[in-house]
Amino acid sequence: MSAAPEHAPTMAQLPLMQRLAPWMPVLLIPVLIVLGFLAIPSSTSWLTLTVSGLAMGMMIFIMASGLTLVFGLMDVINFGHGAFVSVGAFVGVSVLLLLGQMTSAPSLALNLAALMVAVFGAMAATGVMGWAFEKVIVEPVYGHHLKQILVTMGGLIVVEQLIIVLWGPEEIYIARPEALKGAVTFAGAAIEKYRLVAVGIGLVVFLAMRWVLRHTKIGLIVRAGVENGEMVQALGYRLRLVFVGVFIAGSALAGLGGVMWGLYQEVITAHMGNQAMILIFIVVIIGGLGSVEGCFIGALLVGLMQNYVAFLEPKAALISNIGLMVAILMWRPMGMIPVVKAK
Amino acid sequence: MIKTLLSGDMPRSVPLTVILGLILVCLALAPFLFPGVRTVDTAARICIFVVLVASYDLLLGYGGIVSFAHTMFFGLGAYGVALASTHMGRGFDALLVGSVSGALTAAALALVIGLFSLRVRAIFFAMITLAVASAVAVLVSQLSGLTGGEDGLTFKTPRALGPAFKFGGELFGVKLNGKLLSYYLIFFGSLILFLLLLRVVNSPFGRVLQAIRENDFRAEAIGYRVVHYRVAATCLSASVAALAGSLYAIWLRYVGPDTALSMEIMIDILLMVVIGGMGTMYGAVIGATVFVIAQNYLQNLMGVASGVVEGLPVLPELLSADRWLLWLGVLFILSVYFFPTGVVGRLRAQK
Repeated sequence: MSAAPEHAPTMAQLPLMQRLAPWMPVLLIPVLIVLGFLAIPSSTSWLTLTVSGLAMGMMIFIMASGLTLVFGLMDVINFGHGAFVSVGAFVGVSVLLLLGQMTSAPSLALNLAALMVAVFGAMAATGVMGWAFEKVIVEPVYGHHLKQILVTMGGLIVVEQLIIVLWGPEEIYIARPEALKGAVTFAGAAIEKYRLVAVGIGLVVFLAMRWVLRHTKIGLIVRAGVENGEMVQALGYRLRLVFVGVFIAGSALAGLGGVMWGLYQEVITAHMGNQAMILIFIVVIIGGLGSVEGCFIGALLVGLMQNYVAFLEPKAALISNIGLMVAILMWRPMGMIPVVKAK
Repeated sequence: MIKTLLSGDMPRSVPLTVILGLILVCLALAPFLFPGVRTVDTAARICIFVVLVASYDLLLGYGGIVSFAHTMFFGLGAYGVALASTHMGRGFDALLVGSVSGALTAAALALVIGLFSLRVRAIFFAMITLAVASAVAVLVSQLSGLTGGEDGLTFKTPRALGPAFKFGGELFGVKLNGKLLSYYLIFFGSLILFLLLLRVVNSPFGRVLQAIRENDFRAEAIGYRVVHYRVAATCLSASVAALAGSLYAIWLRYVGPDTALSMEIMIDILLMVVIGGMGTMYGAVIGATVFVIAQNYLQNLMGVASGVVEGLPVLPELLSADRWLLWLGVLFILSVYFFPTGVVGRLRAQK
């Protein structure tokens, strides 16, 4: 009988870098903020830019989260997602214009009530539209990426044109509700109230989504479905229904993002969804297709990057985000938090 | 002889052969058959779009890769010629330098984008090209010092290609001037590029691409480097698109974001490929011809139709010529569902 092989268990802690590795994506955000602080000469403008970067990031996250989940769950890539952003913005803004008396009143409660009505209107409209879009456009081209890309792109064009038919080709200007106009001054920096509200809503949506995904049964099924859909079906869950639900929820969130984005820019056009799609794609790619957390981190990075660079060198803003994407793909080719598929 | 020219890829259908022959003859004799500024301009656009769409088909139909940056490559070629002609003065050397550098830049850019996105997932490519193409379009309109911004660049092509240059009197009632030479430069340039693409897709390289399109996993298992083939196809298609862009710039003697870079051209290309038939080079010919003619003349018809239903609710809005894109979008979705093989596929299946 031979002796047992040499075995020397070590209890030494892993090196710092290895322990940090899973947290690297999260750490990128403070790193970027510090870099921004070093690059921007005045600290008050840095603070303003940081808040607006976070606000922008939150809005992009709200718009992008549905896209990434739909892809993760069913391997469906929806190039028409931007259509929901546009429709959400148009419905929401129309409701706000109808409720003009409530939004122009100086009372915070009335303003917020009007905003809530607008947001719910937009989400209901885009939710129903998402259901129809899934039935009519996505379902027939199931499991066929090439056709999905082509057909959803066609859907985007049709919806954009229908918006022009219904609302006219001109852009619509919209004033924010009275109580959300203006800025508060904090540490010498002027911070627009609306941006703070946007950050708040974004955080709430993210935390709620995280809670649903982690602590409810439906969240468990969705997460399991992302990882291994066949297995979930074999266990008797109708993944197809779950998928339609996620598609509708994602579309409604895109509508919410559209309203917020429209109020942020104070002008809406039929092409705004298409323009937002550029940033949304960058975000879902660097986050890792299918990962909500990755999407959140990616959105914040993109929002901050966009604002810092637009301040330092306006022409380089969009290019800098492409650069960010290239850098992250060089570091992690599948995105920051890759979704491991058990296939 | 014809078989060699077509690289052994015959149309394989009698109606298709007739239609293709008709298109070829019409394009070859366009200045004589349909004299007139607008018709010759339409013919030149058809020639250029045939090449552009065929180069896109190499990617989409043969490689199974969706790209949204094809207009960007097209624009690179166009801006290459424009910039070279502006800075080097008018002359054929400027056209040559501009075209070659445009094609090389396009290939290099395609290489970088391809390496980044295709090595992970082919689906990344569609998203990344969309992002990059939009960024480039924004950049071109912002760098007005170099590119003329939204106004674009107007430049001079060699005297021999302008209408003021005359060589002899008239032939069949058509003035023999530089514009005629210019048309034939476009025509033969496009013809050569098209035959080149036909050669490529019927080479062993093209066969491997089709194998990858059908089943990339299996192609990899047989021993083909899938990424290499895909990236090579991307670069090739990008440089041919850039050359088509150069031809377009030479014809128009102008480049601008709207004519060479806009997303609308990308949508047009997609439609032409799908209508004509993905995965057949001849589909590009038919798709481009049908589409360009429809674009030029059908929009007027829509205007008339809109006038007829005036007074009814919504309908005039839906039928107005500005809503052209709406109907294209619907047509596009329907053709992807019901005619994925396009006109050429239908004709070939009819035997």
